[in-house]
Order: sequence, then structure tokens, then C-alpha cells
Amino acid sequence: MKAKALRDAFGEALVELGRENEDVVVLDADVAGSTRTKMFGDVYPDRFFNVGIAEANMMNIAAGLAACGKIPFVSTFSFLACLRAGDQLRTSIAYPRLNVKVGAGYGGLSDSFDGPTHHSLCDIAVVRSMPNMTVVVVSDPNQTKKAVKVVAAYDGPVYLRLSRAEVPYVLPEDAPFVLGKGNLLREGSDLTLVVAGVPLARTLEAADRLAKEGLQARVIEMPTIKPIDREILVQAARETGAVVTIEEHNIMAGLGSAVAEALAQEAPVPMEFVGIKDTFCESGPYDALLDRYGLSVDDIVAAAKAVLGRKS
Amino acid sequence: MADPKLVAELEEKAKMIRRNIVEMIGDTRRGHLGGSLSIADIVAVLYYHTMRLRPGDPSWEDRDRFLLSKGHAALAQYAALIDLGYIPKEELYKLKDLGSMTQGHPDMRKTPGIEAGTGSLGQGLSVAVGMALGLRLAGKDSKVYVIVGDGELNEGQIWEAAMAAAHYEVDNLVAFLDYNGLQATGCCAETMRTEPLPEKWAAFGWHVINIDGHDIGQILDALDEAAAVREKPVMIVAKTVKGKGVSFAENVAGFHHGEMTTEQYKQALAELA
Repeated sequence: MKAKALRDAFGEALVELGRENEDVVVLDADVAGSTRTKMFGDVYPDRFFNVGIAEANMMNIAAGLAACGKIPFVSTFSFLACLRAGDQLRTSIAYPRLNVKVGAGYGGLSDSFDGPTHHSLCDIAVVRSMPNMTVVVVSDPNQTKKAVKVVAAYDGPVYLRLSRAEVPYVLPEDAPFVLGKGNLLREGSDLTLVVAGVPLARTLEAADRLAKEGLQARVIEMPTIKPIDREILVQAARETGAVVTIEEHNIMAGLGSAVAEALAQEAPVPMEFVGIKDTFCESGPYDALLDRYGLSVDDIVAAAKAVLGRKS
Repeated sequence: MADPKLVAELEEKAKMIRRNIVEMIGDTRRGHLGGSLSIADIVAVLYYHTMRLRPGDPSWEDRDRFLLSKGHAALAQYAALIDLGYIPKEELYKLKDLGSMTQGHPDMRKTPGIEAGTGSLGQGLSVAVGMALGLRLAGKDSKVYVIVGDGELNEGQIWEAAMAAAHYEVDNLVAFLDYNGLQATGCCAETMRTEPLPEKWAAFGWHVINIDGHDIGQILDALDEAAAVREKPVMIVAKTVKGKGVSFAENVAGFHHGEMTTEQYKQALAELA
């Protein structure tokens, strides 16, 4: 299957965006080669700021630029964006609801060989509990390009979680990207798989395997973690009676929790959570790490069976 | 040399700002008295002389920007904003009340005239650098004025911003260092030595001007000098007295965030009459 690294899709999208909108500026903390914002910097050097290895400073500079009407895309590794510069993001951007877009590169385990210091498994938990923040996790190269344009057009702070990983073009080319909307990728009545980000391809593979065993899994891809699409979730819970969430994040306080929060009030059903089970990982090849730390196709299939066993 | 008549007028404005600060805290509240009083003269010169503003149009695009990196000194800014009509007069007696415009730290969405959400120390100078870059990109000749606390210099991010401002040569940025020598729990020099300060800012590539931060004439002259500087940010190192103008609070770390007895409150107002 044709594939592209999500960071490349991000870099290309920024260049297109820069051409369309002169107010777009890009900041990077000396990782522009890695995050691919260098592509923007090469074309629009006057609107590109490599602030050096100083993420906190970068986040506040972006706040100042936004306060003067610019649309800053702040780019660095996601763990730095939400933790090193987390107070800056909260206080100077989320609180005054400034129009800053955080391009959070190297999400999840995608910087796999660099190890736990560079893995990012608690970012969604941090940013989604900041009021005013919109949180997006992309799963596909085409979607990444669409998401960049949509979040740029939206007036308010957005955390856009990207990835270093090469990802197959899983979604239909004409699939829309709408903030706050989940995508129903497969119909199914036995249970629902809700996935965000790179594990989408694995989730679809798991759905295929379940189908071979006669189990029809509904698959919902949920690129906006906040605000979450309650409607599609509640309908799925009512119609299928069981939900499994799949995310490249600690199973605490990420997508799974957001889904559980939504369903607990309106349509509580048995749930299982596929993700990193509250542990630090280690260096290694990306796919091997995903397999080793809870995100294999087998893990998803097993969670599906477990949740079906609890379904009344 | 500054015009003596202008100096006298601005001295009155500074006294009014100090009175407003004292009234905001009164004898029933706690507030950041010391660090607000220490910047009153600088705030008076900026708001009543130097800055290009339209109080009736707080979001006017061509305005100069003012922000407090030491956001806890917001009382000094509120005092001016109330006097100039950005904030209704009654807010003077609502400091930190539920629903008030005079929040514990500046809130740019609740309070007209506030430019940034500051208060988590170390961030405001970076925001100011971003504003200076944004205004330059937009082709505006507006300036950005920011006050940094000396205790705040403990924060490493201040020095990141110091590097960035010089690196980007933002000559539309003028910072003041409120060099009052005290921070929340005591003397700056004993808490964390940051000396030598003028030299450090110069070494970071700033144009440094040393003044007495309570001498209106020196503040005016420094701002004139700053206006002529090109391709460098300006740091005006202003020696100040924490609690300036209220005798019992001067140089007392306890009044960083403190309360006044009714007697002290009356005394403070009498001293500022």
C-alpha cells in the first residue's frame, strides 16, 4: 500500500498553507529537519523562526505573534510541546484562547529508537485537560494535509499531534476532515472499535480478523479527541453494546478516557482500552515497539473478544 | 533634560497610581503591594506620556503594547487603566472578587487594556519578543514595553528570551527591570545571586540604560534614548524600592503579598495624599 511519513505530509501542507495565507508563521526549536518545518522555512524564510533549543520561549513567542494577528504554527517534538512548554501553552495560549497551532511532532512511540526520553505517551492527557484547547490526532497522510488547513482556518488554540512514522494511505482520498467529527469507516453491529492516530491500519486489520471469525466490528476513526464526537459514540454504543478504544498513548487520560467520559453519562457499555499500559517503553524498531507494548493486532483482537465476553 | 512641568505632572500621576493601588487592597484584602508600588513611576510615564494609546479603543491596531512579565504587579496597571477609563471606576473596590475585571493576575479576555495572560513568572518577556516580531512583520511601528522583575530573573526562560530578542534584533522592544532587590521570601542576592545585572544584559546583546526607577526625569530620558536605538532590544535597569511611597512597606519583603491593618491603610493614604 502507498505510504507517506506524516511529518512529510505536515511539512508539505505548511508550504501550501504559507502560499495561501501570509499571516501563517512557523516556529521551530531547532528540529526543523526532523519535523519537516524546514520545508516552510526554505520557501518563506521571513516567516520562519528557528528559536534554538528553547521550547518554552518558543511557545510564548508564538503567543505574542498570535496576539498581533499572526497564525503561528509551533513545531517541536510532542513531549516537549506539552511538558517542557506546558505551562507556557496553558497560561499564555490556552487561557487567553490565542490562535496558536501546536504541530506536535514525533507523537507516541514514533521516534522509536531514541527511547523513552523522546517517546510521547502522556501528551493527550495533558493538553486535553487544558480548557479552550482543541486536540487533534491525525492518522493518515491525506488527513494530515486536510487537518493542517482546517486547524489554520479555525480561530483558537489547537494541539495537532503528528508522527514521524510512515503511514499507509488508509482513508478514502475524499474523506472529509471536520473538527469535532469522528469518521465511520466500517459498519458493524457486534462491537465498536474507536481509534485515533497511526494504529488505524492495525485496527482495520484487527476488524478484518474479527470478521473472519464472524464478528462484525464497527470502526470509528476519531481524529478530534477534544471536543469529542459524542453523537457518533453514543449511537455506536447503543447499537453495538461494546466499545474498544485504540490509541498510541498511555491508556490513562487519552482517547479511551475521553470516550469513556462521553459514554458514561449517556450510554454506558463495557469497554476495553488498547494502548500503552502505564509504562515507559524502550528503544527499538517502531513496529516492534508497538507490538511489544500493547498495540499489536493481536492485542486489539484480544480486547475485542474480552469486551464481547462482558457484553450483556 | 525633561521638562520640569511634565515631570511634575507625571509625578502626580504616579502618586495617583499608588493611591489606587493602596485603595484596591484596602484594609480587608491581601495583595501584591510592594512590587506594584515599585513600578508606579514607570507605569505613569508609559501610560501618561510615552505610549501611543486610544483608551476608548483598547484593541486599536496601531497602539503600543504594555505587558507585565511580573504579572503579580497588575495593580499598578489596573490603577492606570481605571483612571484612563479602560476599566470602570467601581472595579477599584473589587480586586480579585468573583466576576471582577481586576483578576489576581492579568487576564486579556476579561480586562480591556490587558495584552497577555501573565503571572506565571518568566514568560512575559518571551511574549513581548513575539509581539515585537509580530508588529515588525505587519509593518507596524508600534512598540512593546514590558516590565520584568528582578526575582523573576531566577527563571531560565528569561535568558532564553534575552537571547532571542537580541538575535532577532527587535529594536521595537523596550524592557524595564524592576530592580528592587527583593523577591517573595527575601533578598534577591541571598535567594539566588543574579548579579552583575546590567553587565549580563549587555553581554546578552541588549542596549542597557541604568536609571533610578523613581526619578521621572530619568525615566523620560531613558525612553528618549531607547527610541533612538536600532537593531538591539533595550533594557532599562531601573533601581527601585519595593513598596515605594508607603513608608512601612518600603524594603519589606512581607509586603510582596501582604495585608494592611486599618491604621496602616489610613497611614498609606495619608502619605500619598
